[in-house]
Amino acid sequence: MEIMQLLLSGLANGCVYGLIALGFVLIYKATEAVNFAQGDFMMLGAFVMIGLVNTHFLGINFWIAVPLALLIMGALGYLLDITLLRSLFGQNQVAIVILTISLGFVIRFAAGAIWGHEPLNLQSPLALGDVRVGGAVISMADLAVIIVTVLLTIFLWQFFQRTKLGLAMQASSQNQMAAYYMGIPVKRVQGAVWALSAIVACIAGILYASKGAMDVSAGFIGIKAFAAAVIGGFGSLPGALLGGLIVGVIEPFASRYLPSGYSQLAPYTILILVLIFRPHGLFAQVRTKKV
Amino acid sequence: MSALLEVRNLETYYGPIMAIRGVSIEVHQGKVVSVLGANGAGKTTLLKTISGIMDPEKGRVIFEGEEIQGREPHHIVRRGIVQVPEGREVFPLLTVEENLSLGAYTRSDTAAIAQSRDLVFEYFPILKERRRQEAGTLSGGQQQMLAIGRGLMLKPKIMLLDEPSLGLSPLLTQEIFDILKRLNRDEGVTMLVVEQNAAVALDLADQGYVMELGRIVMSDTAERLAASEDIQSFYLGHANEGARGERRWKKKKTWR
Repeated sequence: MEIMQLLLSGLANGCVYGLIALGFVLIYKATEAVNFAQGDFMMLGAFVMIGLVNTHFLGINFWIAVPLALLIMGALGYLLDITLLRSLFGQNQVAIVILTISLGFVIRFAAGAIWGHEPLNLQSPLALGDVRVGGAVISMADLAVIIVTVLLTIFLWQFFQRTKLGLAMQASSQNQMAAYYMGIPVKRVQGAVWALSAIVACIAGILYASKGAMDVSAGFIGIKAFAAAVIGGFGSLPGALLGGLIVGVIEPFASRYLPSGYSQLAPYTILILVLIFRPHGLFAQVRTKKV
Repeated sequence: MSALLEVRNLETYYGPIMAIRGVSIEVHQGKVVSVLGANGAGKTTLLKTISGIMDPEKGRVIFEGEEIQGREPHHIVRRGIVQVPEGREVFPLLTVEENLSLGAYTRSDTAAIAQSRDLVFEYFPILKERRRQEAGTLSGGQQQMLAIGRGLMLKPKIMLLDEPSLGLSPLLTQEIFDILKRLNRDEGVTMLVVEQNAAVALDLADQGYVMELGRIVMSDTAERLAASEDIQSFYLGHANEGARGERRWKKKKTWR
């Protein structure tokens, strides 16, 4: 029963990591840039939501605030791409890495200036108490996280398979040059990818904030999500989710069964093992080009 | 009759390097024009400049009487110019069908798109057989067929083909060029083909240009080019028999 309990709480955390990792992978696949501010996007999404919903800020109804927050974050992602990122088009990868890392700092301090540095709780209808599953107890918030993640995964999968924009996003990520030749407006599609990944980050933020208090340094779980993305195989969407789940599930088990201090190392130990034995990650999508 | 596509005194740079030095060509409706030349002659740059991937420094590209140089690639594709890139640049993780539907990205009439798909499957039956397969798992020749088929999905007014023979066996090259010939004859597809393989390219083309170091050095009908001594010796690989029966390695081309 204890194992079941650990598994459930791990899964819920893992879903949040997985969603942030998904954002990493979306942007990486479409633009070959790694957005190290992805964790801070998540944090910002959560605070935008807190700002809209909590009674001492705007006090808007939760269900009206959700689409508003997603819209705000999506617009922000798109604007960041067409202003900052596009001005670095053609520059060295390092320039983009430094840009996104500093972007993370800017977001963190801006959020601190607006919402303060104290932890805040989102007044979420998802934080409602617990459900019993067999002998284990799972909070409503954790259950909501798992369900929303499953739904979002199905939605994204359908989006990429069935819609023209989804197909264009895949095409631009697999072969940017050929996408230009097909008349796909690649830059606009990349902007849409930034918007989409900011929206996914916002969803992760809302879920994470429903599970407990948020503060402006919460974006640091982006590092764990980055590890998750690498474990899954940077460039694979199902891999990112699976990597998130692995990291999420490992954590509670490590802190239960390993001496304290060592348990924090567990996700990164897995990361290193994966890098040694399966350097392309668990779900590698690497194919060599035929000549 | 004015040309469908006209390039006038085009100059394009790669950074400080001048890749095209004032090129002028014409392609008429329903015709096939070949541009021959060795590696680095600027053939690919010429096509990339026409399709808007690269911007020219000087000169004009005129399509259906309108200047299109320096426009964004997706504007140019919308006008009906499609480039089939060199080296079979397909979308490797997407299926054959998805690749084809991306070729019709700028079109919205579903019935007409389905018609184009049937046409592609008629000319390349192997693609129909492999329609659900990922493009990256196709053989080289099949990927080239997919790249051409994907270009046809635009129902283009002109197709720019960049070295369709690259990396293919002589037999496959012949097969691909036979299909291109049929497409031109039966469907009236206008083509600008850039090639190193002069024999197949001149056989397909109505008109030919020879490019060297960024300049057009010869231009004539394909028949007369194929018969000319320069093309025979430098592009078709016929040996020059000298007076003493030796090959004259140092023989100069007439345009130098």
